[in-house]
Amino acid sequence: MKILVPVKRVIDYNVKVRVKADESGVDLTNAKMALNPFCEIAVEEAVRLKEKGVANEIVVVSIGDKACQEQLRTALALGADRAVHIEADPQLSSLHVAKLLHKLYEQEAPQLVILGKQSIDSDNNQTGQMLAALTGLPQGTFASEVVIEGNKINVTREVDGGLQTVTLTLPAIVTTDLRLNEPRYASLPNIMKAKRKPMDVKTAAEFGVDLTSKVHVVNVAPPAQRQGGVKVADVAELIAKLKNEAKVIS
Amino acid sequence: MSILIIAEHDNSQLKPETAKLAGAASKLNSDVHVLIVGDVSDDVVSKAAKLHGVSKVLVASHEVYAHQLAENTADLVVSVAQGYSHVLAAATTTGKNFMPRVAALLDVEQISDITDIAADNTFVRPIYAGNAIATVKSEETIHILTVRTSAFDAVPDDGSADIVQLDTVIPSAHSVFVSASLTESERPELTAADVIISGGRGMQSGDNFSLLEGIADKLGAAIGASRAAVDAGFVPNDMQVGQTGKIVAPQLYIAVGISGAIQHLAGMKDSKVIVAINKDEEAPIFQVADYGLVGDLFDILPQFEQAL
Ligand SMILES: Cc1cc2nc3c(=O)[nH]c(=O)nc-3n(C[C@H](O)[C@H](O)[C@H](O)COP(=O)(O)OP(=O)(O)OC[C@H]3O[C@@H](n4cnc5c(N)ncnc54)[C@H](O)[C@@H]3O)c2cc1C
Ligand SMILES: Nc1ncnc2c1ncn2[C@@H]1O[C@H](COP(=O)(O)O)[C@@H](O)[C@H]1O
Repeated sequence: MKILVPVKRVIDYNVKVRVKADESGVDLTNAKMALNPFCEIAVEEAVRLKEKGVANEIVVVSIGDKACQEQLRTALALGADRAVHIEADPQLSSLHVAKLLHKLYEQEAPQLVILGKQSIDSDNNQTGQMLAALTGLPQGTFASEVVIEGNKINVTREVDGGLQTVTLTLPAIVTTDLRLNEPRYASLPNIMKAKRKPMDVKTAAEFGVDLTSKVHVVNVAPPAQRQGGVKVADVAELIAKLKNEAKVIS
Repeated sequence: MSILIIAEHDNSQLKPETAKLAGAASKLNSDVHVLIVGDVSDDVVSKAAKLHGVSKVLVASHEVYAHQLAENTADLVVSVAQGYSHVLAAATTTGKNFMPRVAALLDVEQISDITDIAADNTFVRPIYAGNAIATVKSEETIHILTVRTSAFDAVPDDGSADIVQLDTVIPSAHSVFVSASLTESERPELTAADVIISGGRGMQSGDNFSLLEGIADKLGAAIGASRAAVDAGFVPNDMQVGQTGKIVAPQLYIAVGISGAIQHLAGMKDSKVIVAINKDEEAPIFQVADYGLVGDLFDILPQFEQAL
């Protein structure tokens, strides 16, 4: 079975982001970039399926500028077999990413596509569901466990009330939640090996998808700052403040 | 043109998110319709029909929709959506699951997690875990939006809408519900609670969450958790507050043994009043707390419960 794993290059989750002074966007100059944490989990899950003998090939794909090849190399070092870089604007909307992935899906014909549930930059949480719609495939989003049996996949999903399990007929789309697995670190020998794994570079234009967006950013502002609070000495003072000053308890 | 909101419910009850969706829709000054997809009780329908400002309730109630699977729910929404200017769903795990599917089927770019409506085609949404607030303008002819309901006020229940039954039955062939394990609780839901008390890694074990329960009982509070507390297995996943868990904005949020990572703050920093209890006076949570109490939670919590 072949698994396709789309991965995104994003700002490292530890970096405190700053909005540009002209409010045109977020300042990414010299910011540390990384594999989106949910995509890392997606790669890890694919690798585990390969280790179990369920999958035999893992293809990773990233859509963005040349820099995202760095994240593709990371994914190869974690255990993916080959990579596809689709050169395009790194700020594409989820719909356009999904349309490009749809085209790649048709070329590669994987049995399973595993995506992250959300990019930690746009916080969109859309691409997997959109790809499922465009391909007409069933989806198991926010997965915390996946089990493949024959041509079915059981996906346990993290939902607001607890957990839900669905059975999907393959091919299918899965998006990862945080507790699906704990990604490994790439070992030095694997990092070296990854340099020799194949990386196919394509341009978005080759796929013939119209990438003009109908949504435009008017501005990006910093969030309202909270007023600095006070430290209270003890429980009695805390309760007095909550009752008399904040008036949130009676 | 009218606005369509997709009701949030669990088949037996209409969820408070629906009245907040109606609150968001009311900012658009046009006729509002509600679509209910599920296998629902009469109570869900009659409550939806009472939402202020709603003129019509469309009901697709059938066992094929009982679990609101994304595949057939999205197809149904698409079959209804033509002719509406905006379709709104709550940014819950249900809305997040089917709505992007709807958007892609309509060939529309979805705008996720809106926290404000600046104009008919201009929406505000947090990005980068709430560290930046984007205002975006869309030229789409139909706006597909998920709504962060904590940012909007609920409409009152003084309306009386017409009820229309839909008979479209769309089975879900390739996606089948197997089971659900839902957390039963007498407490208010996190996203609807006025008071929340959350525990983090500092709680040390699931058993120690009983220290929060006594306080929650006295305050009528919901209990939440940080990701670290969930990952460590102290409490179930549905209690996680944060960028990738639940987004809450109660009147009072009490963070106990939580350091205040940006991903946690993303889920609670719009709370009206924040209290932090932490033994490390340098913990970042104190930068957003209105009232900070430095000390050992195992000393403080019993005193707090006693004093209430
Ligand atoms: C992609 C991604 C998404 C994430 N999403 C979320 C999310 O949605 N929600 C979330 O919460 N996190 C999320 N995280 C994790 C986040 O980065 C932090 O790791 C997490 O919030 C830390 O939880 P914590 O504060 O409980 O633990 P810690 O950071 O370990 O803090 C424990 C705190 O308890 C205090 N403490 C310990 N013992 C005591 C005591 N006896 N008395 C008083 N205080 C004590 C310590 O001083 C410390 O400040 C995410 C991370 C990533 C990468
Ligand atoms: N530019 C991209 N290249 C490859 N995969 C992407 C890209 N953008 C999003 N994805 C995938 O879609 C998931 C969800 O992203 P989003 O819908 O943007 O929140 C990510 O975790 C990735 O798996």
